Amino acid sequence: MTDTPETQTFEPVIIGFTCNWCSYRAADMAGTARMKYAPNVRLIRLMCSGRLDPTFVLKAFAGGADAVLVSGCHPGDCHYINQNYKMLRRFHLLKRVLQQMGIEPERIKLLWASAAEGAIFAEEINKFVEQVRPLGPLNWKPGNGAQVEAPVHEEVPA
Amino acid sequence: MEKKERIGVYVCHCGTNIAGVVNVGEVSTWAAENLKEQGVVIARDYKFMCSSLGQELIQKDIKEHGLTRVVVAACSPHLHEQTFRNACKGAGLNPYLSELVSIREQSSWVHTDKVAATEKSKALIAGGVARVIHHEPLEPLRVPIHPATLVVGGGIAGIQAALEIANAGYPVYLVEREPSIGGHMAQFDKTFPTLDCSACILTPKMVEAGNHPNITLLTYSEVEKVDGYVGNFVVTIRKRARSVNEELCTGCGICWEKCPKKVVDNIFEAGMGTRKAIYVPFPQAVPKYPVIDRENCTYYIKGTCKACEKFCPTNAIDFAQEDQLLNVEVGNIILATGYELFDARRITQYGYGRLANVFTSLEFERLSNAAGPTGGNIVLRDGKTVPKVVGIVHCVGSRDKNYNEYCSAICCMQSLKFAHLVHERTGAEVYNFYIDIRTPAKGYEEFYHRLLEEGTHFIRGKVAEISDAVRLPGEEGKLIIQVEDTLTGNQLRVPVDMVILSAGLEPRRDAKEVANKFGISCSADGWLIERHPKLDPVATVTEGIYIAGCVQGPKDIPASVAQGAAAAARILGKIQQKEIALEPVRASINQDQCSGCRICNNLCPFNAILFHEDRMVSEVNPALCQGCGTCVAACPAGAISGTGFSNEQILSQIEGLLLLNIPKKETVA
Repeated sequence: MTDTPETQTFEPVIIGFTCNWCSYRAADMAGTARMKYAPNVRLIRLMCSGRLDPTFVLKAFAGGADAVLVSGCHPGDCHYINQNYKMLRRFHLLKRVLQQMGIEPERIKLLWASAAEGAIFAEEINKFVEQVRPLGPLNWKPGNGAQVEAPVHEEVPA
Repeated sequence: MEKKERIGVYVCHCGTNIAGVVNVGEVSTWAAENLKEQGVVIARDYKFMCSSLGQELIQKDIKEHGLTRVVVAACSPHLHEQTFRNACKGAGLNPYLSELVSIREQSSWVHTDKVAATEKSKALIAGGVARVIHHEPLEPLRVPIHPATLVVGGGIAGIQAALEIANAGYPVYLVEREPSIGGHMAQFDKTFPTLDCSACILTPKMVEAGNHPNITLLTYSEVEKVDGYVGNFVVTIRKRARSVNEELCTGCGICWEKCPKKVVDNIFEAGMGTRKAIYVPFPQAVPKYPVIDRENCTYYIKGTCKACEKFCPTNAIDFAQEDQLLNVEVGNIILATGYELFDARRITQYGYGRLANVFTSLEFERLSNAAGPTGGNIVLRDGKTVPKVVGIVHCVGSRDKNYNEYCSAICCMQSLKFAHLVHERTGAEVYNFYIDIRTPAKGYEEFYHRLLEEGTHFIRGKVAEISDAVRLPGEEGKLIIQVEDTLTGNQLRVPVDMVILSAGLEPRRDAKEVANKFGISCSADGWLIERHPKLDPVATVTEGIYIAGCVQGPKDIPASVAQGAAAAARILGKIQQKEIALEPVRASINQDQCSGCRICNNLCPFNAILFHEDRMVSEVNPALCQGCGTCVAACPAGAISGTGFSNEQILSQIEGLLLLNIPKKETVA
């Protein structure tokens, strides 16, 4: 580290989850087309975004990742018919849980990318890195969650 | 850690593709030193790992160093995973004990910062090493293949596919929704660019399919349900009641001669002609048996008539006939359900449906067809006036963000064909209004030049409006085409007698349903998606389901035929092998841990999870499972594990990617 302000030189480490059929192939496509993007994301290939166990995301944060990218086929284009929708459900819940744990929602990103969208994939990664950089390293301390207001539950008639 | 794996790491230069950005020497030295704890016993870098010398290097090390795991850092697994698996197999190591880490597509090709790319490559390799430890030796799944094939759709693509398979000696069920096979091609008069008579080249194939001992023709039928998986599908087909006993009918045609009820034929004749309530769609129909259209038949409406029954010489009319549900077993399925024509009414400014002498391309096909309603005379809607000036509008509903963005591929050639036919048969002046002329196939460009020489006018511009509103002298009684000639920048008003709208191709209205029924997917446009747009155009992501013809996207007859034959060849290859090897990425449920909550049951889109009521546990059918892993992620009891993508594998990979448990040493000089 140099003595410049930390957030300017901070290079976040991002773990990215991709599906075998669309988003991983988008990454392949970005590669074959030699599109340049920030080197901060390290990808994991799953067969389907539906395989994304929320534990994986928690594990990544716990292990020192500053942010997590979750990507899959566009809705309607899933290789496994509609499993990306099932990931989507989990994603929304997970995002909320993370928030309650004190993790800024900007640290997790959902990206739909088809196998032909290498350019979009590269561009979105760049945007994401710039979104995370100002947040600085993940500062996950026990008790942070208390700062977040508990979600308001509607009265459910018995 | 129990028994320590002996891991070899191989870093590929890929010429300068990787080595030009990533310091491969540094990476392999780093892996050898820093990943010792993880079990790396050897790390090398080599110019081309995929070359036979590179593969031999791995094989030699497996034997000499007793490697139990192999990590190759090179290109994308989609390119060379199989190569390195085979290399391992060749040296006696189970192929699934290897891992390919992509440091080309994901590092050297996309990053310019050499230091960062090198560091990232190290992390990716650490992830691969951590993951490979948890790989298990696997065997591909083997399932037997039923030799029969189902072909859905009896157009030219489906007919071709059925014939190829049947001629190879295997049974085929050819299912067609309409009463006859033939598809759109049967409606055409001529085919471009050779101007072959469409019926003359199609009907022999139809007859061959109809008479083939290996083909079971199921017309006027639809697929209701598909169960099972590659090699062993069970398909339920609804054979709709024809009201004609096929055993007795000879196809003599007396019934439709005697039938008093005339009906406008919106399907085969595109609304240009009529048929009877009992009918065959066209004289060369295969099979030759008619059907009674119950919605229009006087007997079904009023309870009297029965003219057909009275005159039938073989007593084949059966008013009480009911739909039949047939179950057939097949190993593979080809979907060749074709396309629908873009509804030109949607572009109101073109006046179709409002201005009598605006025709669609399919209407013109019938008009120019010698067997059509006018006997091939090209005349206006009044049935007698020969047009003196004809305008042909290209790209109607195609290449238009308001309707369909894609190019329908066939309209340019079709329009040129129309221009030629109009010119030849009526001597009329012909104007083509085009955006671009696209003639990219054998003999197509030559045909375009022939048209230019014939004196057809070509105006480059998208037609703004077609109207009958007279503004200038000479426009009385004409249709006026308003267009900007984009080559000269002039606004033109071209008065014509007849307009032909070269309507684009659209997916079948029920394409989505069909895709769901067969467990495959459609693009946002509605065309069914092939497994790979370049290298696997007829297979789909569901094993055993193939697509051919326009169902996959707009294409001309030669391309449809080629796809039909290609799909057949793929299937024949599979049938020949008697059994099929499936990638062993599958979910399995630990019966002792399953709580029987059934959460996974509804998550599976392939119905691969069955619930045993007696034991209250769920089980995965490995042949149906496609390995997406959604159930694995969802199981609250952690009872489901996914082969090849287990929790241990992925969690370890995360640790590796984050360089956890790796001694920090100063590596960057």
